Amino acid sequence: MIKVSTMNYYAIRAIYHFELARTWRTLLQSIASPVISTALYFVVFGAAIGSRMVEIDGVSYGAFIVPGLIMLLLLTESTANASFGIYMPRYSGTIYEVLSAPISWIEVVIAYVGAAATKSVVLGLITLLTARLFVAFEIAHPLWMLAFLLLTAVTFSLFGFIIGIWADSFERLQIIPMLIVTPLTFLGGTFYSINMLPPLWQTITLFNPVVYLVSGFRWSFYGVADVSIAISLGMTLGFMLLCLLLVWWIFHSGYRLKQ
Amino acid sequence: MAAIITIRNLSKTYASGFQALNNINLDIHRGEIFALLGPNGAGKTTLISIICGIVSPSAGSVKVDGHDIIRDYRHARARIGLVPQELITDAFEPVWDTVSFSRGLFGKPPDPAHIEQVLRELSLWEKRRSRVLELSGGMKRRVLIAKALAHEPQILFLDEPTAGVDVELRREMWATVRRLRDSGVTVILTTHYIEEAEEMADRIGVINRGELIVAEDKQALMHKLGRKQLKLQLQRPLAAIPPELAVDPLELSADGSELTYTFDAQHQHTGIAELLRRLSTHGIDFKDLQSSQSSLEEIFVNLVRNPH
Repeated sequence: MIKVSTMNYYAIRAIYHFELARTWRTLLQSIASPVISTALYFVVFGAAIGSRMVEIDGVSYGAFIVPGLIMLLLLTESTANASFGIYMPRYSGTIYEVLSAPISWIEVVIAYVGAAATKSVVLGLITLLTARLFVAFEIAHPLWMLAFLLLTAVTFSLFGFIIGIWADSFERLQIIPMLIVTPLTFLGGTFYSINMLPPLWQTITLFNPVVYLVSGFRWSFYGVADVSIAISLGMTLGFMLLCLLLVWWIFHSGYRLKQ
Repeated sequence: MAAIITIRNLSKTYASGFQALNNINLDIHRGEIFALLGPNGAGKTTLISIICGIVSPSAGSVKVDGHDIIRDYRHARARIGLVPQELITDAFEPVWDTVSFSRGLFGKPPDPAHIEQVLRELSLWEKRRSRVLELSGGMKRRVLIAKALAHEPQILFLDEPTAGVDVELRREMWATVRRLRDSGVTVILTTHYIEEAEEMADRIGVINRGELIVAEDKQALMHKLGRKQLKLQLQRPLAAIPPELAVDPLELSADGSELTYTFDAQHQHTGIAELLRRLSTHGIDFKDLQSSQSSLEEIFVNLVRNPH
């Protein structure tokens, strides 16, 4: 007698472990590389240049950029991990196994996005510890910090998952993270407060969704933010909902997955 | 025999407008080896892909062990294992891991004893720690079979299982497929090697241009559609067949030394006795005779060329 549960937990676990195993196989590229590059940011902007900068909102410059840099890593890694995770089976053809398995789209998303988000959160926490070696800071709202960390990782992993489905070449896989995510992150207040910009640019910057992520995350550290924490949370949840709707449509229509 | 797969009025038209399947009706019986024959592009892989959930049907229905493949996909898919045509698997994964992954994907709890049994049966046990990319082509194909069997399916689809493999491996594959059938697994294989279908299948379906031309018991198909030929080696070559005999389905070889008489093996009156009497009347003696039956290949070619 074949027993099929309402939720295929074994499938979720199989995909999740497979994705994390890929991280362990490429440990240097997966973990060491982003941590080293973020550490370099701290050395250059935090320790070297930061020591000559004035405080922003009562926070030393070195400490001020910590949340922004973690967010920079979180956004790029979540997007890259999730997009690569689903693109590779499509590219190699092994996606046939997932498509022919007794697994729902929700379970597929939980597994792939969960694995990508897990890796990003671990990287974020490692980066946080690395930053502590260079600059002194305290976290005012640690639970909110973890909540923002998790929420952002999941949201941008969903975004990456969509890119991984949409992309039909390695070039396309890289193009959105490189030309959209990274510039938006740099212009989203990673290295500065948007209050430091001229009024016109402040208004333009408010159209950048990353501003709300960085601002909310920074608030959890120092209790200061460029925009209201409620708006930050709302915008993040809104983006997450948008991504979920897109993912639902992808599976519903079979876009780039099923003919 | 009870059907384990029931296909009704199944059609598939791709977004490009290409109709890959046209109103397919087919029952696959529990415990049989069913060979689906057809030329390249006939619709074999599309049919398998729809049953397995990889391609969406345009119309019609498919039930697997009574479960609809769309509405009740979890139960339907849990019963199916698929070995794809291409050697596609995660090249960097060790054999053990990739086979265990497949078991989990199909909703089964870990069972190292079963995985070991599958790997041993497929002569992969010694390679269980090797990464897939380190294996030969034949071993990779066996890994794909192991992955498909990891969740103990009732039905196994083999899409061109011996495409591009050497003769020895092909015979090993056939032996493996027979063992699976003996263990109660229903096997559906697509092939364009007639020899393969003739060697292994219990029933044969022929598909061409998206239409199922025939689905019959192999022996019955060969009996029904097979033509027999009687070849007569003549004592003295003939310049031409005498006009009185020309009405018979009789052919003379180019050198005039052999007469070939084609007849319907199923028909009660084959006409052989009459032919021999008439040859004797005309003083045509023969020194040897032999009869032969059309091979499955000839039947297949005939069906594909003249489907109706």
